[in-house]
Amino acid sequence: MSETKFKRGGWSWWYLLFAVQFLIALWPPFYNKVEPALFGIPFFYWFQLAWVLVCAVLTAAVYWATDD
Amino acid sequence: MADVNWIALGVFLALFGFVSWLGFAAARWRKGDLDQLHEWGLGGRRFGTVVTWFLVGGDLYTAYTFIAIPALAFGAGAIAFFAVPYTVIIYPLLFLVFRRIWYVCHRRGYITAGDFVRGRFGNRWLALAITVTGIVATMPYIALQLVGIQVVIGALGVSGTGLLGELPLLIAFLVLAAFTYSSGLRAPASIAIVKDVLIYITAIAAIIVIPTELGGFGKIFAAVPAQKLLLAVPGEHTTGAYGSYATLALGSALALFLYPHSLTAILSASSGSAIRRNAALLPGYTFMLGLLALLGFFVIAAGVHELPAYAEGFKKFGNNFAVPALLLQSFPSWFVGIAFAAIGIGALVPAAIMSIAAANLYTRNIHREFINRNPTDREEAQNAKWVSLLVKFGALLFILFVPTKYAIQLQLLGGIWIIQTLPAVMLGAYTRWFNAWALLAGWAVGTLLGTWMAIATNLQNTYPLIIGSYSFPGYTAVYTVALNLVVAALLTPIFNGIAGRDLADETLASDYYPS
Repeated sequence: MSETKFKRGGWSWWYLLFAVQFLIALWPPFYNKVEPALFGIPFFYWFQLAWVLVCAVLTAAVYWATDD
Repeated sequence: MADVNWIALGVFLALFGFVSWLGFAAARWRKGDLDQLHEWGLGGRRFGTVVTWFLVGGDLYTAYTFIAIPALAFGAGAIAFFAVPYTVIIYPLLFLVFRRIWYVCHRRGYITAGDFVRGRFGNRWLALAITVTGIVATMPYIALQLVGIQVVIGALGVSGTGLLGELPLLIAFLVLAAFTYSSGLRAPASIAIVKDVLIYITAIAAIIVIPTELGGFGKIFAAVPAQKLLLAVPGEHTTGAYGSYATLALGSALALFLYPHSLTAILSASSGSAIRRNAALLPGYTFMLGLLALLGFFVIAAGVHELPAYAEGFKKFGNNFAVPALLLQSFPSWFVGIAFAAIGIGALVPAAIMSIAAANLYTRNIHREFINRNPTDREEAQNAKWVSLLVKFGALLFILFVPTKYAIQLQLLGGIWIIQTLPAVMLGAYTRWFNAWALLAGWAVGTLLGTWMAIATNLQNTYPLIIGSYSFPGYTAVYTVALNLVVAALLTPIFNGIAGRDLADETLASDYYPS
């Protein structure tokens, strides 16, 4: 194996962005509330939907920041 | 429901006819030699980022999901939204773990999880356990897809008595079986594009039109009973609904890519980069699934379940009739045809991939391993084609002769069973530390205990774990896979001590990332 490959498949600090996705998504006390509502949609629902989009952006950031 | 909705039925049939033609024509798409198993069963591993997006999306977000999740929101409320965190956290797993599995499978020519475990641990019995678990967990899942078709056909007003009433389902099934046989994975891949476009159109229209008709989201949520609107706040000495919600999401996420049909779709991607890009792009489907879950509340607000016109449908299909009834109530007939076609076609795609995945497993890890060790490429591909027919036929018989609730319960058990393959497959992608027999013992303990816990709770998916004076209701799959891991970790040094460390492993560290 050549020296240029030593980091391949290894750990990257960017992967901590994945841990953030897990922690928020799996912590119901954080979002189990009605207020603040958005367009009449309780926080519970709009926050989790918004979190989907945030997570997609975070994953895209990891994609751009790390090598294949 | 004696009145057939002819306009909706016409649109439905036209779209169904179009995708059927597409399924057969797909044999010539990115042409390959369909007498080779990886060509028939993995589309020649030729799908780029875009096709993979449609294929995996069409595969994971099934017709049954689109019916069952809103139905759960309608019946049980906020807990149904666990589908959103569930389908958020699957993508980091895809990005990290399953990319490694894609590389090693690509490098070594593996087409199933059984192949990978056989190569990694050199133990045919462990591979057999992984294989059988995969096939058994997939069968009821296919049956549920047929339920999805059944519900929309019923909602179109097509009915009859006895087997005559099942004729439309039978026809849909025969078409599905025929194009899967002839085109392999290329058929669902091409149909998935049509299906996903139709589903997006339906979801966007529903989320804009229906709230407008009902007077806005504020009014809709005001109509939802308080106990359904949020998770119940846990009392003292229990994690209550919070624990259930989080473990359901976590366990479902850990299990998802272990299902054979998920892995089949992933392995058909042409590059590891296509997998990584899709981890950022596939949440588009999660967002849509979340929007669709809200349809359950629209049903409550619109009072559709109280209208006499739909009473018969609710009686026949239960809460699964909620979404079809809402669509019938809210849209003109021609659009109902499009929406129902989206659900019906949405059942064909995963059903086809599931039967292909089960066929790949049987052919590679049972037939080749235990019956005929040296098949020609042609024999192997032919074998898989026949098995795909057999698997679907089994699912059809199940749906025709066994009450639907058993398919739902078996699918629930399937989730508990499939997650038991996690230590060998997902951890196996990172380490060869575990002893193969210890993994097999962990798998057996997890499977048996999971089955027992499910039966003890009368086939609820959560188990009220009691420790001291605290109770932790949570998804059975999570508890049992944790025990599975503990057993495998404790027995590994013991088994190594007795028989010596077994290091059989045909894969290399460099197989797991790009060269």
